[in-house]
Amino acid sequence: MNEINVSMLAPLLPEVIMASAGILVLLVELVARRKETAGLLSIAAVAVAAYYVPHSFGKSFGGMFVSDGYSAFFKFIFFINLILTVLLSMRYLVIEKSNHGEYYSLVVFSTLGMMLMASAGDLIVLYLGLELMALSSYVLAGFIRHDARSSEAAVKYFLLGAFSSALLLYGITLVYGLTGTTDVSLIGAAVVEKGLSTPLFLSVVFLMAAFGFKTALAPFHMWAPDVYEGAPTSVTAFMSVGPKAAAFAAFGRVFLTGFGSLSTDWTGILVVLSILTMAVGNILAIQQDNIKRMLAYSSVAHAGYAVLGIIVGGAEGLAAMMNYLFIYGFMNLGAFAVVIMLRSEGVRGEALEDYKGLAKTHPFAAAVMLVFMFSLTGIPPTAGFIGKFYLFKAVVGAGYAWLAVVTVIFSAISAYFYLRVVMYMYMLEPEGEAVTLSLSPSLGLALLITTLVVILIGVYPSPLLSFARLAAG
Amino acid sequence: MQYYLLIPLLPLGAFLLNIMLGRRVIRRQAHWPSTLAVAGSLVVTVMVLLDVMSGRTLNEDLYVWIVSGNFKVSVGFMIDQLTAVMLVVVTSVSFLVHVYSIGYMQDDPGYYRFYAYLSLFTFSMLMLVTANNFLQLYFGWEAVGLCSYLLIGFWYEKRSASDAGKKAFIVNRFGDFGFGLGVIMVFLTFGTLDYVSVFDGAGGVAAQTINILGADVNLITLIALLLFCGAVGKSAQVPLHVWLPDAMEGPTPVSALIHAATMVTAGVFMVARLNPIFSLSPVAMDVVAVVGAVTALFAATIALVQNDIKRVIAYSTISQLGYMFIACGVGAFGAGIFHLYTHAFFKALLFLCAGSVMHAMGGEVDMQKMGGLKRYMPLTYWTMLIASLSISGIPPLAGFFSKDEILWVAFNGGGVGRAVWALGTLAAVLTAFYSFRLIYLTFHGEFRGTEEQRHHLHESPAVMTVPLAVLCVGAVAAGWIGIPPIISSVFGVEDANWFAEFLKPVVGHPEIEAPHSTEALVMGFSVAVAAVGIAVAWVFYIRNREIPAVLARRCGILYRLLFNKYYVDEIYNATVVRPAMLIARYVLVGLSDGVIIEGVVNGVPALINRFGARLRRLQSGLLQSYAAVMALGLFLLMAVVVMVLK
Repeated sequence: MNEINVSMLAPLLPEVIMASAGILVLLVELVARRKETAGLLSIAAVAVAAYYVPHSFGKSFGGMFVSDGYSAFFKFIFFINLILTVLLSMRYLVIEKSNHGEYYSLVVFSTLGMMLMASAGDLIVLYLGLELMALSSYVLAGFIRHDARSSEAAVKYFLLGAFSSALLLYGITLVYGLTGTTDVSLIGAAVVEKGLSTPLFLSVVFLMAAFGFKTALAPFHMWAPDVYEGAPTSVTAFMSVGPKAAAFAAFGRVFLTGFGSLSTDWTGILVVLSILTMAVGNILAIQQDNIKRMLAYSSVAHAGYAVLGIIVGGAEGLAAMMNYLFIYGFMNLGAFAVVIMLRSEGVRGEALEDYKGLAKTHPFAAAVMLVFMFSLTGIPPTAGFIGKFYLFKAVVGAGYAWLAVVTVIFSAISAYFYLRVVMYMYMLEPEGEAVTLSLSPSLGLALLITTLVVILIGVYPSPLLSFARLAAG
Repeated sequence: MQYYLLIPLLPLGAFLLNIMLGRRVIRRQAHWPSTLAVAGSLVVTVMVLLDVMSGRTLNEDLYVWIVSGNFKVSVGFMIDQLTAVMLVVVTSVSFLVHVYSIGYMQDDPGYYRFYAYLSLFTFSMLMLVTANNFLQLYFGWEAVGLCSYLLIGFWYEKRSASDAGKKAFIVNRFGDFGFGLGVIMVFLTFGTLDYVSVFDGAGGVAAQTINILGADVNLITLIALLLFCGAVGKSAQVPLHVWLPDAMEGPTPVSALIHAATMVTAGVFMVARLNPIFSLSPVAMDVVAVVGAVTALFAATIALVQNDIKRVIAYSTISQLGYMFIACGVGAFGAGIFHLYTHAFFKALLFLCAGSVMHAMGGEVDMQKMGGLKRYMPLTYWTMLIASLSISGIPPLAGFFSKDEILWVAFNGGGVGRAVWALGTLAAVLTAFYSFRLIYLTFHGEFRGTEEQRHHLHESPAVMTVPLAVLCVGAVAAGWIGIPPIISSVFGVEDANWFAEFLKPVVGHPEIEAPHSTEALVMGFSVAVAAVGIAVAWVFYIRNREIPAVLARRCGILYRLLFNKYYVDEIYNATVVRPAMLIARYVLVGLSDGVIIEGVVNGVPALINRFGARLRRLQSGLLQSYAAVMALGLFLLMAVVVMVLK
């Protein structure tokens, strides 16, 4: 176990590829005339890494790093997140006058951090991955240097993120002090042996708060609306899917493997957090007239739904959560793609007002947005319905029928602000000058992929379901 | 045999292509994707038909859509003899209508939209007939209803068209409400929505009753009648027939395809498809037969005096659909489908001919302003004449064989059979009369329109007349695959009713023990009454054109009753529409909307808003307060933990 040799890197091959790619992208950026080359390179790197993911199963470094079906599923979410984000960014960065190649490098490194989080079998690796992901995202959030809002978002994200890291580290310290290990499965064994104690439960609460911060669970969500609104839209899209999914991956593994035997004790707290999150997210989303901010609160609300999977626990609950996050990735990135499309030189295109009569001026954009809004609401035959259906099914199956009812009620409330966008697009007359669309081939491709997948999963969900079920073990 | 999937998927692809790229890119070429797609479906349909004829039927679940406990919804297809027949009817008529529309819709600004909807309709109809479970049937059922709505209101800037679209949609709601309940009852009773499992279980619950408001009702009868409600709406049977004549506001090719040949026959198809359920309930069967017979006669009487060329054909469609239900009601589902199949050809032909006439007349639909068109448009005249002979039941045209079979099985049906037969035969006289009234008023005599209209009279272009000719072949010969033994034996062939044999595995075939002489008599009688109908029309509209006016004056009440379609619309207006509007305006809008819903809809968000505004104040943008909230949250959680564990 003390000897280190190259073969130990085998399960890390996708991560090694991504790390090399991150450096390579940085170098290419120096010489490439067109910064888009760096973006395309990162997509290529993802393709190679994705190819090696299924071939990399195994444990390494004495169980600190675990590559299994569970981590593989999440890694695919991260890859999709990266590819779509790069496609969204290419033209957008030019419009924002921030077309610097290191953007793509940061996206790759952030994704690498997420991959480490999903594969972390040890709390130290988890922390390492989390910081790599978070530090890259802080920079990304402030990427439009000449925009005060973007810088403000970065500073807020950084300071509050540091606060949450402190909570995480403190929780890890406590766990280590109580169990004598940072290995998640060994913690699990130790917890079973020693049983519940107040200090142990306090460490659980600290970790819960730290994960709650990353997944934006209320009351640890306060950063999300400000950061999401201020950050460049492409980064908001990236952050609302990838880091959230990564945090859920770690959340699930640590809580179900490490503290699984205490689940009857902590699920109660999580139920409260979940309901609070749905309430805060959905109720505040109604108030917003800026679509980015609305989507930020919507993203908070969706975290409240996804966490139900951890509450249910077991393969059933995890599969439902993974399924939900996968679907959420596509529909949320799609919705942000439309928001980005409305952003053009001189026009922000973020206000709800800008969507008035969009169906008349740009029927295609409106139709695509309609699909995403329906999906986020959870109306069949879109993917969002499938995600919610299986989540609710898992919740009911675990004996929480009342919780499912609460969730459905909040879902119904969410219809108000999602369908309001549809109402603005289809039932109101366009006002003033029509917005111009900044549609580029890459953005078009991203929209095509997201729309197709959202409808395809809605109509033909079984492959995704069995993939998630298989990955959840 | 997986290639059958292409049949619905091709039109779906064409729809997506046209709806996405139609406006900007494809524009006036929009007919290409749609027409090629349906042509492809037609080719695949022929392959499937050959497969089915060689005995290869198929019923498979493609995949499971959602599953929860014992509730499982699959996407699956059933390709058997019945489906094959429907596929042939739908794809062939749809293809011809696609071609015809290239000429008819030529200069319409909504050209791409028209073809997109047409493709969507074809897809939905094909999904409906290939379903292997109730939910997919329901999907297709509602989807064709949506397309029908979109296409009736195609010229939505015209008030009457958009009103007609709404009317069709709302009237169908009444039937579909029952249909939906029926599907739910099926699930509650059998625990599955899969056809085969339901049919297998149907026998076991035949004797079960269920208590509704104190009365014991047979369960199967209830299910069958609820499902039949849907058929009454979709197939425009009395009392839900009122939407179909108004649906003529849509473009004429749409009337031919949707409101004559395919969608409106979905009700008949559904009853035939679910025959194992219907057959178990004699009460439901009698209801089906009687509703069919009453509708057949009722609609035929209205058609006698209408002047709008398309509305005459629309009432004739309602009447002919009645015949199909007569057949189903007496247990001869095969005969019903046979009439559905021949009717598709001659009725689509009648509509397309009417469209050709309207095309020449600049959109005129009043037959009183036509006349003498035979000279200007011979091809339209001859094809329409043949279609009229066919619908009147003159041998050896298609309509004769199918209508004769229905009347013959009804005659031997027992129970309500004789009465139904009498009504059907009476309707046959009227059918011949109004069909030839249409021919004589439109094509014979002298032209009664304006000079300008006369100036523009012309035969339609080949892209329109060729489909007429092809359909005409169908109107003549489609019936020759279902010739009753009594006729074929004359030519030395013992059994030539191949159609009935073909469908027998799915829908059965009633054995009739009756002497040949009786059959010959019944057949001769129905041909004779058809001839009488044609002759009377000739006397009225060619020989002595004073008669209709005199009759109308003499029997003023009857004439006005028929002319105003028995005042059904007025009655519905007074008893349903007006009260509903009043309730909507005063109770729903005034009270519940104004007070309750406004209160809730505005009150809850107002409440949420007020609450939200408070919450929002927390979202101050100040970093310190965010950190404070997080810390407070953490502190509360810790406090709870410490207290609970104490």
